[in-house]
Amino acid sequence: MALRVLNVLCLLLLVLVFAMPFGWMLSTSLKTLPETMIFPPAWIPKQPVWENYAEAWKTGPFLKYFMNSFIVAIGILICQALTIIPAAYAFARYKFAGSNLLFGVVMVTLMIPAQLIFLPVYLELSALKLLNTHLGLILPFASSAFGIFLLRQGFMQVPEELIEAARLDQASEWKIIVRLMVPLVKPVLVTFALFSFIAHWNDYFWPLVMTTNETARTLPLGIAKIREVEGVATWNVLMAGNLILVAPILVAFFFSQRHIIRAFVYSGVK
Amino acid sequence: MAKIELINICKKYKDETVIDDLNLTIKDGSFTVLVGPSGCGKSTTLRMIAGLETATGGEIRIGGKRVNDTAPGHRDVAMVFQNYALYPTMTVRGNIEFGLKNRGVAKAEREKLIAEIAEIVGLDQLLDRKPQQLSGGQRQRVALARAMVKKPKVFILDEPLSNLDAKLRNQMRTELIQLHRRLGTTFVYVTHDQVEAMSMGDEIVVMHQGVIQQADTPMKLYHEPANLFTAQFIGTPAMNVLDTRDAAGLSLESESTVAKLGFRPEQAVFDWGGMHEGYRLTGEVMTRESLGAENIYQIKAPGGVFFVKTFLEPLREEQTVRVVVPYEQLYYFGPDGKRLYGVRVQERQLAAAGGV
Ligand SMILES: Nc1ncnc2c1ncn2[C@@H]1O[C@H](COP(=O)(O)OP(=O)(O)OP(=O)(O)O)[C@@H](O)[C@H]1O
Ligand SMILES: [Mg+2]
Repeated sequence: MALRVLNVLCLLLLVLVFAMPFGWMLSTSLKTLPETMIFPPAWIPKQPVWENYAEAWKTGPFLKYFMNSFIVAIGILICQALTIIPAAYAFARYKFAGSNLLFGVVMVTLMIPAQLIFLPVYLELSALKLLNTHLGLILPFASSAFGIFLLRQGFMQVPEELIEAARLDQASEWKIIVRLMVPLVKPVLVTFALFSFIAHWNDYFWPLVMTTNETARTLPLGIAKIREVEGVATWNVLMAGNLILVAPILVAFFFSQRHIIRAFVYSGVK
Repeated sequence: MAKIELINICKKYKDETVIDDLNLTIKDGSFTVLVGPSGCGKSTTLRMIAGLETATGGEIRIGGKRVNDTAPGHRDVAMVFQNYALYPTMTVRGNIEFGLKNRGVAKAEREKLIAEIAEIVGLDQLLDRKPQQLSGGQRQRVALARAMVKKPKVFILDEPLSNLDAKLRNQMRTELIQLHRRLGTTFVYVTHDQVEAMSMGDEIVVMHQGVIQQADTPMKLYHEPANLFTAQFIGTPAMNVLDTRDAAGLSLESESTVAKLGFRPEQAVFDWGGMHEGYRLTGEVMTRESLGAENIYQIKAPGGVFFVKTFLEPLREEQTVRVVVPYEQLYYFGPDGKRLYGVRVQERQLAAAGGV
């Protein structure tokens, strides 16, 4: 009993640690600028200033940023689904000449940091006239070594007999993948999709390097610009912008939460 | 409906030969049981018929047609797996329907077939459940329904009852036999349980280390085992086998060397003062087991330990017993384990032996 109480207390503490910055962001986004500076800091603004959001939205072409972010993140997700699933299935289920070597190569790419290859990729995209396009932001992430690895693990846990039964049921390999395998690894897939979405939605470095004008610029770049526009740091507006940035992630998380929890306690297919 | 022929089949995994030159014809409409100890290659043989495993050599024919290069889905074979292999993310209906959809059966037709099958195996109430929500017996039925709905030429079952408890196993056994009668399709059934094999099969194939020991009807297998392996594999308890050198008081006359002597525990009778003619053994009772209608004794004689089984007799309490086996119930085997025929017991010795 005492242990349980202790357990709950520890968890509460953790929640507090993670939730506090978020709460602070929310509270700041509803304050007036002077209010953000007062000491001691107040948690609850006297009068919530919803206009901060409108102001953040107006500092640049936010609708465009938003759409760009959306197109890029979703585009990456679709491309990744199309490449990762067949690749992971092949690595998990087929024995072909050089399969181990190929998988090794895939794994090695996991260890190369983006900062190391952005220059050659930049030159390549520039040569292909893909700078400042959505495609240019999507293509470098059209597949994911981590995703292949994760999904391959999932596919390997599926008992061989299930696939054999499907073959006896005259299912084509594609049918087996789409109708049998993918539903079985859904928790893993959803979790990966969420991580991928968050990573690319929030990505600052890559779009910063690969765009030189507003055509394909994404939301994080837009938010960063809030600081530049005003002379002083308008924390309240900046936080409002940040909340606009994370809102879609919160929505996505809300809908996939169930699967993510399943993926982390994932103990194989019965 | 189809006959299955396996001609000179070989199967190697890397360098390990699992099956070497196997020849077998499975009769059209038969209930053929492959039986043998674990690892003898039963599943491998079955999987080659289904096309889940390719034969390293030889030819497989189903219904007279060579199918070596035919994909599993196109062999008109349905399989029931040991752990059922139901699709976990699909409902019972989805499981049964999957194969039909892949064959392009129209929706109305599918519904009709599913309703029919569900009725037969008693699943009508459970069609919208997921496999995880079913009991072992119900899963078994779904696996059967999934196989049956395709109306295959051949049914293949790999130890389908081994995950069920004893009572349900008996019940499903009967149901499978009835199902076979009703469908008239060729059934190929794998088990390592000889009792199951004897009670279900009309044709039994005994395998050992990738080699067919004997393929026969249950009665022939029991009464006329072709070799020592079959003799000892079929029957509970197994056939008693003694070394002829240890078999005192028995002189045999034969063209070839007789190495072993065998008799079934249920053929030996307790000697009631020389009323029976036959091979006599004297020994100490080591254990007695009473199963109600039958009693099993383990007896230690100078020539070795053997079992005697009696039916509907009171349990014997004495320590030392005399047992007699009628001569015509003795089986003889050569040094290679092959059954020997035409072995005679020498009459002169007989009289002497009788006096022991
Ligand atoms: N994929 C494989 N690779 C290598 N050896 C294998 C493979 N599959 C089976 N074997 C070997 O082939 C032999 C026969 O296996 P099989 O599964 O046919 O046995 P079985 O008669 O079905 O036994 P059980 O009653 O235990 O199921 C075994 O010795 C096994 O080790
Ligand atoms: Mg087996």
